Amino acid sequence: MSESLLQVTGLERHFDGLKAVDGVSFSVAPGEVVSIIGPNGSGKTTTLNLVTGTIRPHAGTITLEGTRIEKADSARIAEHGIARTFQNGRVFATLSVADNIEVGLHSTLRASRPFRGLSNIFLLRWIPLLGELFVAIVGTPGSRREEKQVASAVDAEIHRFEARLGPRRDDPAYSLSYANRRRTEIARAMALRPRLLVLDEPTAGMNQSETTEVLEQLLDLKAEGQAILLVEHKLDLVMRVSDRVIVMDGGRIIAEGAPEAVRQNPAVIEAYIGRRREPARDPNPGAPE
Amino acid sequence: MGRSELTDTLIAGLLRGNVYALGAVGISLVFGVMNVVNFAQFSFFGLGAMLSWFFVSELGLPFYIALPLVLLICAALGFVINISVVRPLAKYLPLAAMLSTYAVSQILDNVSQIAFTAQFQVFPEVLPTSNLAIGSTRFGTSDVVMLGTTVVIMAAMALFLKYGKIGRAIRATSQDQEAALQMGIPVGLVQNVSFVIASALGGLAGVFIALYVGVANPGSGLNIGLTAFVAATLGGLGSLVGAVVGGFVLGILEAFGIHFFGDTARQIIVFVVLIVVLIVRPGGLFGKVPLLSAEPLTGTFLGKGRPLRIPRWVWPVAFVVLGVAVPVFGSNYVLTTGTQVLIYAIIAAGFTVTAGQAGVLALGQAGPIAIGAYMSAVLTLYLGFSFWIALPLSGLVAAIVASILASPIWGVKGHYISIATLGLGIAIVAVIQLVFPQGLYNIPVPTFFGTPLSTPLAYYLIDFVVLVITLVIMWRLRRSHLGKVISSVGADEVAALASGVRGRNYKALAFAVSAFFAGVGGSLLAHQYTYIDPTIFTMMMSLLVVTIVILGGVGLSYGAVIGSIILIGAMELLRFTPELRIIVYGLVLILVVRFRPGGILVRKS
Amino acid sequence: MTALLALDDVNVFYGPFHALRGNSLTVGEGEIVSLLGGNASGKSTTMKTILGLIKVKSGTVRFEGRDITHASTRRRVIGGIASVPEARRVFPQMTVDENLLAGAYTRSDRAGIADDLERMREHFPRLAERRRQEAGTLSGGEQQMLAFARALMSRPKLICMDEPTMGLSPKLVDQVLDEIVRINRELGVAVLFVEQQAELALSIASRGYVLATGEIVLQGTARELLDDPHIQEAYLGKANPS
Repeated sequence: MSESLLQVTGLERHFDGLKAVDGVSFSVAPGEVVSIIGPNGSGKTTTLNLVTGTIRPHAGTITLEGTRIEKADSARIAEHGIARTFQNGRVFATLSVADNIEVGLHSTLRASRPFRGLSNIFLLRWIPLLGELFVAIVGTPGSRREEKQVASAVDAEIHRFEARLGPRRDDPAYSLSYANRRRTEIARAMALRPRLLVLDEPTAGMNQSETTEVLEQLLDLKAEGQAILLVEHKLDLVMRVSDRVIVMDGGRIIAEGAPEAVRQNPAVIEAYIGRRREPARDPNPGAPE
Repeated sequence: MGRSELTDTLIAGLLRGNVYALGAVGISLVFGVMNVVNFAQFSFFGLGAMLSWFFVSELGLPFYIALPLVLLICAALGFVINISVVRPLAKYLPLAAMLSTYAVSQILDNVSQIAFTAQFQVFPEVLPTSNLAIGSTRFGTSDVVMLGTTVVIMAAMALFLKYGKIGRAIRATSQDQEAALQMGIPVGLVQNVSFVIASALGGLAGVFIALYVGVANPGSGLNIGLTAFVAATLGGLGSLVGAVVGGFVLGILEAFGIHFFGDTARQIIVFVVLIVVLIVRPGGLFGKVPLLSAEPLTGTFLGKGRPLRIPRWVWPVAFVVLGVAVPVFGSNYVLTTGTQVLIYAIIAAGFTVTAGQAGVLALGQAGPIAIGAYMSAVLTLYLGFSFWIALPLSGLVAAIVASILASPIWGVKGHYISIATLGLGIAIVAVIQLVFPQGLYNIPVPTFFGTPLSTPLAYYLIDFVVLVITLVIMWRLRRSHLGKVISSVGADEVAALASGVRGRNYKALAFAVSAFFAGVGGSLLAHQYTYIDPTIFTMMMSLLVVTIVILGGVGLSYGAVIGSIILIGAMELLRFTPELRIIVYGLVLILVVRFRPGGILVRKS
Repeated sequence: MTALLALDDVNVFYGPFHALRGNSLTVGEGEIVSLLGGNASGKSTTMKTILGLIKVKSGTVRFEGRDITHASTRRRVIGGIASVPEARRVFPQMTVDENLLAGAYTRSDRAGIADDLERMREHFPRLAERRRQEAGTLSGGEQQMLAFARALMSRPKLICMDEPTMGLSPKLVDQVLDEIVRINRELGVAVLFVEQQAELALSIASRGYVLATGEIVLQGTARELLDDPHIQEAYLGKANPS
């Protein structure tokens, strides 16, 4: 694992003295799909929030392709190439599906964002801001070309979910079904062309056929070589899509390895799948295939 | 400063702080149990003062009878306001409820003005004000009684909240309303009780300020109200201890500020303190802000709507009606009213990007408007600039100055950002008042190749052209990538950040754009009034801009034109008296928020 | 046996979103019933419906035979339904005792309240030790006990618990489940609780309902559910049942 894409070491975060994430270390290789599983409150989502800069760690390092990012804000991390979705789906309610995806393209744009390199620097950030304003109101030949590219990139992302999002392209996101909001969110994240895609329970609230659809799409992304860090409760999906599975409980990693190995691990069965209080039962219920 | 001066100032500070603390506790109490910032509290200060004047001076009642009577009336009024306006609206949108409470406060102030007239009344000296002394510092029984009453009331409140059944329910509700509901706590009753207590405290603060200052008029609640409001914010909205501390801190700081810098420095000090505190502690001294704003859950997107589809023919027709028919057929009166409508439409259209898209309900647009007006006046009066150069330049200066001043506040969230911008607007006007205490006269009228353009028709046409340019710019902005990015920040800042969108930057940019158009509008106002002074740029003006935008539909720049026609034009043309106009304004606002929460041009969905 | 609580064909919407789709369920007197399902499957919505925190579009909710579909939360609490909310939701800046008194808000029998306060202190000795401490400073497990005791203070016939084991360590989870059984046996209170871990839940419940996307997809006695080959599938939401 010399050239890991994401390297997390000794990550810690506490809330009011409660350790939500307590010394977590793991890595994701390029093109790898890694899932984090564990019971509610085990620190999975907090870990994702830390990796994506949504909240800051109290200790530990996060490295993306050799760049330390644990102190960067989430906008900067997005620019570094980590895109994410949220547990309950956070779409821009008032924007259309297409516009949601266009916002996802933000960090890939050049001509619409002149001098964007300065946008993190105090005071000088006004240069790119005013540049953007000028481009927005007046326009430049480059920005008009880019507008066309944006439109086709948005189309390409909608195409991922053509049957579902195609007809709803211009509908405001708040009018979408829950599953379609999740799809819009994934499309928005993919628009960033992320090096690492972070998904927080992408199938929560979906029924079986919808879940199957998401599984297919995740497998497609995986085939394209997309690295994914996934938190998910539906074990079967996790088992089928993951290269590696990390199991968390009480803010720590209690097991890690190939899906089958993790599945057989007694500690995992106890923490996640649930102990049986009646001892005579099969400890590995519902094995697939 | 000698020792006696020091104690004098300290006592003055305590007495002021006393009033602020009473008011702030009321505001914080209501905020805690309803999550609504209650501007109606302002009116209870003025009302308390006027009612007690009326009972004591006019009816000759003894003070000890007048006081409970005042409190009773205020409490009853608070109850009525809560069940008729605040509670029904708080269910829809806390921000809408906040604006409605301002409307209520306007209505109350104006009813009180009709009843008691706007004149300052001399408040009788019901208790001796200078009969006691410690060393060389003189004070009166009146002061002792006031401070003593506050101490007693605060102690009673503390006991009530700690041991009273409803008191505990108030605390439970403000700590976790949903859990309280699940315990069978009657949250509605708790809210009513809180509102009633808050209103009575407001009335009491009003009586005290009248006792302390010696004069009162129905509008005198505003300044005290604002400071009390800042005190509550300073302490952390919802925290009663914070409100008391905030009140006394502000009172004492203010007293020393006035001692050293004079009365005009008062508002500047108050808001500088507020902004510094909010930067250091975004939730106030005793408040907490959640680390991550809650994720929007399924089904919480209520109150959103789709803009009505406007048929294409409407635009040329509107252009012809406003740009040709009105100037050709309109009387001078119509045209003069029209210029007001157009200027407010320009300011409000420019404001849609901040309020509607970036989601920042800034309440201080009077600030940049004032900057634009004074800038333009100074440029043309003293520096020989032509109006045509001064006009865009004023917008630019307004944008730059307002952006610099606002730059620290973009990390602040929710209600706090509204309050910070409100403070900003007031502080800007206060600074201007320091620099130009007299107002500026004889501001030159625009000329066109040497011909002065001083007729209502000329003004109207200038404003119309500027409005058209404004709308085109706002339209271009809205449909650009930048426009969508700004809207994404307003819709969900956390998700926007995760998409690589630096929310703070875009909020600042949106605010700068809005400040630019506010400055342009201010410049137009200055040259058409030819006389400006700080009393023009009031909080009322700021809220008028917000209301226009809400009326038309927060995200829609053309909605601002409709809003302006209704709020500025129709009211003027209906020839309401100023008092009645504000009452109608309040009612319009309440009705719109109640029945069309997204704005007139937005369908509920 | 007439059920203590009975939901019949209940439909709930959030705006256009159909959150509960014609669900019916019952809880008998003194029974422990578990509500299972993944995230956003409608478990919490079912709880909120029972507590009267959400408006029902159609269907009825009955408690002890009486129609309470449109009754306020307060009326339901008075009637005998208590709640242990999701994530405990104790009042963080109130003391343990004050939290307990808040739970007894609907009662006015001072002597009875004082008795029950004493009873809770006996029943939960940890809470007795910390009676003057602010609830926000308690550990997760202690807060859960407080939430139980607070709910019991209204002398309920039914307690609705929304994920009482959430965020607790495995050891504490065991304690919480034991506690639920103890409350049920010693005080005779019926319990309806939401739980993520199906087998844990069914180890103490007599019956269970499995929800998926707002619908009850499986129901039965704990034994039936544990033996049902679909339980893992339905509950863990297998992507591709084979």
